[in-house]
Amino acid sequence: MSNEKQVDSGRRGLLVATGAAGGVVGLATAGALVSTFQPSERAKAAGAPVEVDIGSLNPGEMKTVEWRGKPVWIIKRTPEMIASLKNTDGKVADAESKRNPDEFTPEYARNEHRSRKPEILVAVGICTHLGCSPSSKFTPGPQPSLPDDWEGGFLCPCHGSTFDMAGRVFKNKPAPDNLQVPRHMFLSDTKLIIGKDEKGEA
Amino acid sequence: MAAFKETKFPADAPAAQKALGWVDDRFPLTKLWNDQWGKYYAPKNFNFWYIFGSLAMLVLVLQIVTGIFLTMHYKPDALLAFASVEYIMREVPWGWLVRYMHSTGASSFFIIVYLHMTRGLLYGSYRKPRELIWLFGFAIFLCLMAEAFFGYLLPWGQMSYWGAQVIVNLFGAIPLIGPDLSLWIRGDYVVSDATLNRFFAFHVIAIPLVLLGLVAAHLIALHEVGSSNPDGIEVKENLGADGHPVDSIPSHPYYTVHDLFGVSVFLTIFSAVVFFAPEMGGYFLEYNNFLPGDSLKTPLHIAPTWYFTAFYSVLRATTADFMWVLMFFVAAYVSFVWLKSTLARTVKIAIAAIALVAVVGMLPQVLDAKFWGVVFFGGSVVILAFMPWLDHSPVKSIRYRPDWHKYVYAVFFLSFLTLGYLGTLPPTEGRTIVSQVCTLLYFSFFLFMPWWSTMGTFKKVPDRVVFHAH
Repeated sequence: MSNEKQVDSGRRGLLVATGAAGGVVGLATAGALVSTFQPSERAKAAGAPVEVDIGSLNPGEMKTVEWRGKPVWIIKRTPEMIASLKNTDGKVADAESKRNPDEFTPEYARNEHRSRKPEILVAVGICTHLGCSPSSKFTPGPQPSLPDDWEGGFLCPCHGSTFDMAGRVFKNKPAPDNLQVPRHMFLSDTKLIIGKDEKGEA
Repeated sequence: MAAFKETKFPADAPAAQKALGWVDDRFPLTKLWNDQWGKYYAPKNFNFWYIFGSLAMLVLVLQIVTGIFLTMHYKPDALLAFASVEYIMREVPWGWLVRYMHSTGASSFFIIVYLHMTRGLLYGSYRKPRELIWLFGFAIFLCLMAEAFFGYLLPWGQMSYWGAQVIVNLFGAIPLIGPDLSLWIRGDYVVSDATLNRFFAFHVIAIPLVLLGLVAAHLIALHEVGSSNPDGIEVKENLGADGHPVDSIPSHPYYTVHDLFGVSVFLTIFSAVVFFAPEMGGYFLEYNNFLPGDSLKTPLHIAPTWYFTAFYSVLRATTADFMWVLMFFVAAYVSFVWLKSTLARTVKIAIAAIALVAVVGMLPQVLDAKFWGVVFFGGSVVILAFMPWLDHSPVKSIRYRPDWHKYVYAVFFLSFLTLGYLGTLPPTEGRTIVSQVCTLLYFSFFLFMPWWSTMGTFKKVPDRVVFHAH
């Protein structure tokens, strides 16, 4: 065979085409392998947004639904409960939800009542301290393990963190952050979807 | 290529010699042994610092062998993993020994590799022509970190679970793609069975394969250019009549014996830890990891295992307030480069442009401190790779550097150790300030090295290695 570097342009064209085709197949295979890392259909189903009908919810009542393995509370606050937020503004650590907003409070909930509609609060019922689930203490007034000027809110049984009616943590409590408000939106006046908003799924 | 030729042996040659000859004609067995060890000439003035390469090899083998036996009993399933580790510990005959060897092996691996790297820093082992050896070594270090991180999730204890949760969430700090990236890594919305299964695959097959390839590359590169030595002298520049460097000795038998002694000392200490203190006061095996992983309960204090804590401290030191200091530091560094360096103008402009983008990015309105924490965390590891190009000192070894260079190294090692210690503790205001100072010292050591490494009066490097026969 001759060692001279004579290039047959037809064969070179075929080489390039074969190389390109092989490259495409290689990339596609790599793409398939990379895709296997995405959440499986089962994981997605378990983590899918949850639809809730809140038509039957009366003022002052709370409903709990499960989303991604966590309890999510939906509370229809009474006008008194909403008014109590004014009184707790000065006592909570982060009244305007400025700490770690991306993680705990979507843009539309960065307000005093931490919700889209003043009366409807949607929050993940997991204490931001060590992940216990706080209990609801909606009745105002003095009662065991709560301060005498209690306005209504939540008490975490594990380490005593207290939250007001908007899930805002009181000052000098072990929990660092307010309760998480998951991404959510209203599908109608009585239908709510949790885990999804205009910006897409959480 | 010459035609195949069967080596002829006299009829009365020993069978072993004939067999070896038969193999050598078909596979370069004797040649490989001689090139890689048997007739590999190494400088004769190696001191104890030169034991850690061989020890790292030993621990690698130990980890692979114990790991294989652990996989025979371990179950990579979120519901079964924790119990299967306890099963290994309590019910598999001698399972506790295999597991403790593996867990102690992990920590020893890092102790050895850190000492191995310290040796490299002290004697300039990364200098030309050994840049690639250093880069392969750096890649090995990255693989080890990945291996340790993936492996730590497998026992599915509280620290496993939350450590993985925290580290995977770090990727969430990357702008735009972050949250999707952490979701992709986990394969679920929280660390779950999917995460455990893939980490298991990485830990037992993917990373070890890459690691073995890199170790081979590291050794082939080393045996190609030859070992450096505590004097930083190129022994190959002074060849004897036999064609070998006059200051070198064949690895076998000289360093074989030397290494076997080191191995016995190491195994003595290793066994003492395995049998008497496998948890090492919570540093080798964290106490919280004896509780099963619980996605609803975060432990009070999450700390990585000790070998990651220095870099973890850098991450934690990057607070919102500290960003202003860092912005000033970047600006000061760029002005310093402009005034002092002899780099081409275009390179300087590129550096200034990158710095400007970084400073703008550091503004609180642009990217938050959490993201920069991840950047500096990664940067504190990656900067090691640049050593061959940062060090401009005219001598390789610390022995012939100006005495004050030793203090520079001392400050560097002290800041690294301080960062490592602080990383094991919960943060307080005072500790954060100390870790911020150490972070600046750590980065300054590298970033200003092109200048300080050339300053001062260097001692004369002798022509022959310093060696006292014993």
